[in-house]
Amino acid sequence: MLNIQDLEALFQTHYEGKSLTDPISTAKDKWNLLPAFLKVKGLVKQHIDSFNYFVEVELKKIVQANKKVLSDVEPQFYLKYTDIWVGSPERLDADGEDQITPNECRLRDMTYAAPVFVAIEYVRGKSVVKRPRVPIGRLPIMLRSSKCVLSNKSESEMAILNECPLDPGGYFIVNGTEKVILVQEQLSKNRVIVEAEPKKGIVQASVTSSTHERKSKSYVILKKDRIYLRHNVLNEDVPIVLVLKAMGIQSDHEILLLVAGIDNVYQDDFSVNFEECAKLGVHTQQQALEYLGARIKITRKPIGSGALKRNYTQEALEALASVIITHVPVRGLNFRPKALYVAFMVRRVLMTMHDPNMVDDRDYVGNKRLELAGQLLSLLFEDLFKKFNHDLKMNIDKVLKKPNRTQEFDAFEHMQVHGNYITQGMNRAISTGNWNLKRFKMERAGVTHVLSRLSYISALGMMTRISSQFEKTRKVSGPRALQPSQFGMLCPSDTPEGEACGLVKNLALMTHITTDDEEAPVIKLVFVLGAEDIAAISGRVVYGQGAYIIFINGTPIALTRQPKQFLNGFRKFRRMGRVSEFVSIYINHHHHAVHIATDEGRICRPLIVVENGKSRVTARHLQALRKGELQFDDFLSRGLVEYLDVNEENDSNIAIYEKDINPSTTHLEIEPFTVLGAVAGLIPYPHHNQSPRNTYQCAMGKQAIGAIAHNQFLRIDTLLYLMVYPQKPMVKTRTIELIKYDKLPAGQNATVAVMSYSGYDIEDALVLNKASCDRGFGRCQVFRKYATQLKKYPNGTMDRVGDRHEENGAPIKKHALLDTDGLAAVGDKVSSGEVYIMKQTPLNTSASGLGSDYGTNEYRDTPMTYRLPDPSYVDKVMISQTEAEATLLKIQTRQTRRPELGDKFSSRHGQKGVVGIIAEQADMPFNDQGIVPDIIMNPHGFPSRMTVGKMLELVSGKAGVLSGNLQYGTAFGGSKVEDMGNILINKGFSYSGKDYLTSGITGEALPAYVFFGPIYYQKLKHMVQDKMHSRSRGPRAILTRQPTEGRSRDGGLRLGEMERDCLIAYGASQLLLERLMLSSDKHEVDICETCGLMGYQNWCQNCKSSKAVVKMMIPYAAKLLIQELLSMNVLARLKLEDEFPA
Amino acid sequence: MPVPALSEADLDRRKNVGINLETVTHVQSTDFPGHYPGEDHSWSLEKFRNNLRVEFHHNDQYDASFSLIGVDAAIANAFRRILISEVPSLAIEYVFIHNNTSIIQDEVLAHRLGLVPLTGDKAGLNWLKWFKKPTEEDPEGSEPSDYNTVVMKLQVACSRNPAAARGETDPTKLFHNAHVYAHQLTFHPAGRQRDYFSSPEGAIRSFHPNILLAKLRPGQEIDLEMHCIKGIGADHAKFSPVATASYRLFPDIKIMRPILGDDAVKFQTCFPKGVIALEDVTEEEASRVGSGYEGHVGEKKAVVVNPYKDTVSRECLRHDEFKDKVKLGRVRDHFIFHVESTGQYDSDELFIESVKVLKVKCQRMKRSLASMMR
Repeated sequence: MLNIQDLEALFQTHYEGKSLTDPISTAKDKWNLLPAFLKVKGLVKQHIDSFNYFVEVELKKIVQANKKVLSDVEPQFYLKYTDIWVGSPERLDADGEDQITPNECRLRDMTYAAPVFVAIEYVRGKSVVKRPRVPIGRLPIMLRSSKCVLSNKSESEMAILNECPLDPGGYFIVNGTEKVILVQEQLSKNRVIVEAEPKKGIVQASVTSSTHERKSKSYVILKKDRIYLRHNVLNEDVPIVLVLKAMGIQSDHEILLLVAGIDNVYQDDFSVNFEECAKLGVHTQQQALEYLGARIKITRKPIGSGALKRNYTQEALEALASVIITHVPVRGLNFRPKALYVAFMVRRVLMTMHDPNMVDDRDYVGNKRLELAGQLLSLLFEDLFKKFNHDLKMNIDKVLKKPNRTQEFDAFEHMQVHGNYITQGMNRAISTGNWNLKRFKMERAGVTHVLSRLSYISALGMMTRISSQFEKTRKVSGPRALQPSQFGMLCPSDTPEGEACGLVKNLALMTHITTDDEEAPVIKLVFVLGAEDIAAISGRVVYGQGAYIIFINGTPIALTRQPKQFLNGFRKFRRMGRVSEFVSIYINHHHHAVHIATDEGRICRPLIVVENGKSRVTARHLQALRKGELQFDDFLSRGLVEYLDVNEENDSNIAIYEKDINPSTTHLEIEPFTVLGAVAGLIPYPHHNQSPRNTYQCAMGKQAIGAIAHNQFLRIDTLLYLMVYPQKPMVKTRTIELIKYDKLPAGQNATVAVMSYSGYDIEDALVLNKASCDRGFGRCQVFRKYATQLKKYPNGTMDRVGDRHEENGAPIKKHALLDTDGLAAVGDKVSSGEVYIMKQTPLNTSASGLGSDYGTNEYRDTPMTYRLPDPSYVDKVMISQTEAEATLLKIQTRQTRRPELGDKFSSRHGQKGVVGIIAEQADMPFNDQGIVPDIIMNPHGFPSRMTVGKMLELVSGKAGVLSGNLQYGTAFGGSKVEDMGNILINKGFSYSGKDYLTSGITGEALPAYVFFGPIYYQKLKHMVQDKMHSRSRGPRAILTRQPTEGRSRDGGLRLGEMERDCLIAYGASQLLLERLMLSSDKHEVDICETCGLMGYQNWCQNCKSSKAVVKMMIPYAAKLLIQELLSMNVLARLKLEDEFPA
Repeated sequence: MPVPALSEADLDRRKNVGINLETVTHVQSTDFPGHYPGEDHSWSLEKFRNNLRVEFHHNDQYDASFSLIGVDAAIANAFRRILISEVPSLAIEYVFIHNNTSIIQDEVLAHRLGLVPLTGDKAGLNWLKWFKKPTEEDPEGSEPSDYNTVVMKLQVACSRNPAAARGETDPTKLFHNAHVYAHQLTFHPAGRQRDYFSSPEGAIRSFHPNILLAKLRPGQEIDLEMHCIKGIGADHAKFSPVATASYRLFPDIKIMRPILGDDAVKFQTCFPKGVIALEDVTEEEASRVGSGYEGHVGEKKAVVVNPYKDTVSRECLRHDEFKDKVKLGRVRDHFIFHVESTGQYDSDELFIESVKVLKVKCQRMKRSLASMMR
C-alpha cells in the first residue's frame, strides 16, 4: 500500500524549492533515494525484520528440529508437531472483542502478546489423533512487526488505536513497560580469527563454532614452533599432524601439501610437526584416534545403566565429528571437509608466522556480527521449547509407567498443564533482561532496557543503539576507537561519554542488518559459475599459482582460477535477483580467497552501482521515483542500487560525489550525510564543529524536553516531560525531515545575542528575557504517575478505597481533595501531605475463615500521600483491571513550569548552560527594529569550543527568518553561508549577522556590533525545582541515628571525608566535633570507669555498682560498634582519662 | 564665555555616533550630556524648547513612528522603558475554571487567555483603578469590585454539525465550535462598568477577534470566568501596552570623496532603495579644482538623498573601493521612535502616557529628595 504521508515528504516543494516539474540532476537529487529507502526500511527495520524472520521462519525451523516427543516406556507412543504459527495479539480475559491494542497494554500493565499455536499428531490408545490448533504459550509481540495490530495501518487507523504514527516500534510491552532488546555486538561466529602475541611467539587461529546443537571454540596454536590443536574437550594440546591423521589423512605428504602447498618456506616451517607426531609413534588413523580418545575429558554422566561405555576410538570419532569445529558438518564419517578446514587454519598460522601483518583485526567491523531481538528470542524460545518437551516427556513417561490406568491416556491434557511455561519464560526474560540459557551456558544480564521516553529522540536513539559484550571496566582503547570500517555503518558521533565510550554505538541512517539466507542455493550457484569442488583437489593445486579458494561463511568449498570473473559473475546474478541481495562476496588477495557470506547479523548499506564509469541511477530513474512509479525495491531488483556489507564495501571503490567517478569506481554514495545516525543528524552544520561537540549534543539531544509522541496525552508514564510550545527548528537538516523530528520537536527557536551582560553569564550561564518567559518560552510540563493495585488476599479479603475522614461534616484537611469515591478528582491541586488515594487494607489477611478463626473485619488506612514539596494538579485518574483481575488505580499529576534560575538549556552544538539571571525586557539590548533577544549568551563559549556550526546556524536561521523560509544545515551540504549573507544584505542587515544594538539600560549604543539571530535551544530535563534541597533539622535513620541521605528523604548535607580532611588540616577541632557528632548522632552513655563497659541509668550491670559510672557523649555509631563487637564476643573496654589532667 | 573654535572632527564626534566596520565609536555622552569643559551650555528652557523637535513619519492608530530630536539618550530610553514596562493596561489575570474537558490543560489555557490583548472604551479603561493583588504582607489584597475588576466569561461546548456534508474532513465544518476564538470571550459588566463599556465598540473584548485559544471535539467544553485587572509590563509581559516600543538613531551618511561611475551604482546597491541617488556630475562641479570631479562631467555620482531609509547594514564599509570615501554615523540626539500598540490605546497616546508616568516619577523623586533634606 502506498502511504501518502511518506510520499508527502518526497513531494514537498521546499526541498531546495524543487517540485515534480523541476529539472532533476542526478548529482543533486540522488538523495531522493534516502526517503525511499526509509519508507521501505524505516529506522528500526532491523529489529522488525529480525523479529519477523523469527516468527515466520526460525520458529518453524526450531519446531522442525524438535518435532518429536517420544516415550522411553512405550515405544509406540509418539507426539509430533506438524506446524507452528503465531496468532494475532489478543486479550487473555477476552470478552467479546479480543484484539488488544498496545496502548491498552501500557495503561493496564499487561503484556502485548499473541498466542503461539501448534498442530500436533499423537498416539492415544491405539489410534493416532490430530489436533490442528493447540495453544502452547504466548509470545510477546514486537510493535509494528508483521504480527502486530499496527502493521500496515494508515495514520488515521493508528489514531483510532491511540497509537502515534511516528512511533518507530521495534520494542515489546511486558507488564505495561516498554522494553527494548538492544542490538548486541559480537565477534563473528564460524570464522577463523588469527591473532599473534609476538612477545611470547604465539600465533593462534581460533574459531567459535556455533550451530543449533552446540557451541564450542577451537584453536590451532603455534607454540615453540610447533602447531597444536586446542579445544575444551581435550585435556591437553594435541599435535596438529595427529589430528589430521585422525581425520583420515594418513599420508604425511598429503598433509604437507594440504597445509603448506608447494611453497618451500612453509614446508620447512611445517615439517617439524611430523617429527612431533612420529615421536609419539602415531602413524595411522587408528593410532591417532586412540591417542585422541585418551585425552578427551569425560564430562558426560553415563546416561542410565543401559548406555554402553564407549572406547577411546569411538570417543575420539564422536568428538571430532560433533564437538570440534562443529559447524563443519561430517556426513557419514567423511572427515575430508573438516580436515580441509583444519588445514586452512594451520596454513593461516603458518602465513602469520612469516608475516605478522597477516593477523586479523578483532575490532574490524567486518569481523563483527550484530545480534538482534529475533536471534535472542529464537535462542530463548528454542531453550524453552526443548524444556517444555522434556517436561512433557517426563510427565508422559510417569503416566505410561503405571500399569493400570483408570482413564485412557491423552497426552494433550498434559500439554495443557505446562501451558504457562513458555509464556512465563518469555515474559520473565524480556522483563528482567536476564537471558539464562543452560544449553549454551549463556548467562547474559541487561539484554533488555526500558525504552526511554524522555523525548522522541531518546526513544529513537535507543532503537538504533548497539551494545558491546566488551567489559566496560577494562581500560583498553582498541575496541573503543573509531574504526575506519565503521564508515557509513555506525555513527561516528553518537556514543556516550565516560566508561561506555566507544563500546555503545549507534547505527548510521542507512544501515541494514542481514538475516540468515539459505546456503544451499548459493553453493549451487558457485558451481554453476564454474568453480571446482575443493574436496576433490589436492593441496598442490589448491595453493597453486593463481588459484583462489571460495569460502562460504568461512568454510572452503570450491576453487577458481578466475576470481575476478567469478566475482563479477556472481554479482551479476545478485543484481539480477537470482540470489538474495544481502549475500555478499569479496576477494581477499592476501589469502587468495573469495569470501561469500550469507549469515545473519552483518551490517550493510545500500550504494548506487557504477558501471563503466557511469552511475546506473540516472535522472530518469529519479523522476520515476518522485512520481511514485518506482520504489526503492525496484532500484534493488533492477540492479541500480545494491547492499554492500563491510567486507564487500572494503573491496569496493566508492565515489562520494558523481564528479569523483573514475574508471575504477565501482559504487557511488547515495548521500554523504548518511554516515551520521539519527541523533547526530539533528545537528545543523556538524561538519563545521569540533567533533566532541557533536558527541556531547548526541547525549544532550536525548535529554531535551519536547513532544514525545502524538499520543502523549493518552499515555500514563512514570515520568513524562513535555514542552508547552515546541517549535520546529529554523535551521533543519534532511535527517530532521526524514526522522520527522519537525513533527515532534524538542526545543524552541530563541533569538540569541552573543554578548556579555551583567556578569551573571559567566561560565556558560545564560541570560533569559523575562518577557519571553511570560510569553511561554521554555515553558514545560512534568507529568508523574502514582499507581496502586487493590490486592486480593488468600483469605478472600481485599484492599478497598475507603471514605474520607470527616470532622463536623467537612473532610479533614489532608483529605480535602478526596471525592466521595475516595480518589482525588481531575483538576484538583495536590499539595504536600495531602491524600489522593484513600486506600484501605484489611487488618486480617491471613485468617482462613474456617471454624472459629474469623479474625476482624476491620480495615486499616494505607493512604497514598503526595510527598513532593511543590504542588501538582491531577491530570488523569484511571481505574482499570490488570490481567490478574486486580483493580488498578493510576493517577497522573501535572506541573506546569516556567524557566527559573538554574534551569538547564542547550543549543544543538553541545553548548549547555544554566540560567544565570532572568532580566527584564526593558533592560535588554534591542536592535533597530526593536527586537529584543530571548537569550543572551556569553561569547567566551565560542573560542575554546570551536562550534562554528552554531554560528552558521545563527546566520542561516536569521536569513531564514528574514526571507520567510526554513534553511538547511545538513551535514556536508546545507545552505551556503555566502547565500545566507546575501539574503541578510538584501534585507538590510550586515552580511556577518552582527547587528547594531542599543543598551536597554543606558539607552546608548553598544560599542561593538553583536552577533544576533535565532538559534534552536533545547530545554533539558535537569531543573532546579527537582533538585533544590536544604535541611536544618530533620529525619534520622533508625539504625545509626544519623541524618538520612538524599533529597527524597529530606536528608542532611554530608560533610564528607575530604571536607573532614580540610578541617583536620586547619585544626578546627571544635567545628569538626560539632559537624561529626553534635549535629549528627550524639548519644549520652553511662560508662563504668572500673570495668570500661557501658551501663545504664547510672548503674553498671557488670560491676553491680554505680560508684564509678560517669556520663559521656559519644557518637551513636560508636556505641553501636562497641555493642556489635560485643555480640561477636569481642570486648571493647572504654578507658577514660582526663583531657586536661590537673 | 567664548566658545572655542571646534574642528570639523570634533563637531562630528559631538553630534554623531561613529559607525565603523567593526566598532561603534563615541557611544557615550558625558555625565553632563551636552556640556563640555570650558564651554557654556547652561540649561535654559528656551534653548531646550528651540532644540526639541518632534516629527511624525507615520501615525497610524496602532503603529506610530516619529522622530524625537534634541534630547539625551537617557531621556529617550526612559520613555521606551516606561512604554514597555510601566504604562498600565488591562489583561486577564484570574481564570476560574468551572469545567475544561478540552485537550488543553487548565494552566496552559489560562496562560493563553492572559496573553489575549484586550480593548474597550478608553474613558472606561482610564477610570479603572488598580487591583491590589494579595501579597505575603497583605494577604487580603483588594476586594474585586466594578472599579478594579472586569469580568469576562468563556462558555463553549463543541457538538457535531448535522448539516455537514458527507465525507467532510474539515473539523471546523464537521463540528460546531471546533475552534475556540478570542471573540467568543464575553464581557459581563458590573456596576458602573455599564456606563462606560455599554456601547458595542466600547465593550471589553479581544483586540484581535481571531486568536485561536483552543480546539475542541464533540463532547468537550470549556466553561470559565475571568477577572481582568490593570497591571504593568514589569509584572508580566501581558500587561505591556506595546507590542514593541523602541527607537533607532537617525543614520548619517557622509560621502567624503566622490564616488563615480560603476562604483556609484555599486554604492547605491549597498544601501536600501531610496537612500542613495545617482546624479550627473555637473560642469560646475567638474570645474572646481580639488573637488575630485575634474574631468568626470556627465558621469554618475552617488548622492545621499534619504538617510532615514538606511538600515545601517554597513555593507558599503565591506568594500575596499569605498574605503575613506564614505563615513557612516548616527545622529546622537535624533531618535526615530517606533511605537506599536497592542490595541488598548492609540500609539501616539501611549507616548504621551509614558511622558506622564515619567513626570509623576520625577515629582515623586523631587518629593523624596525634599523629605530627605529635611
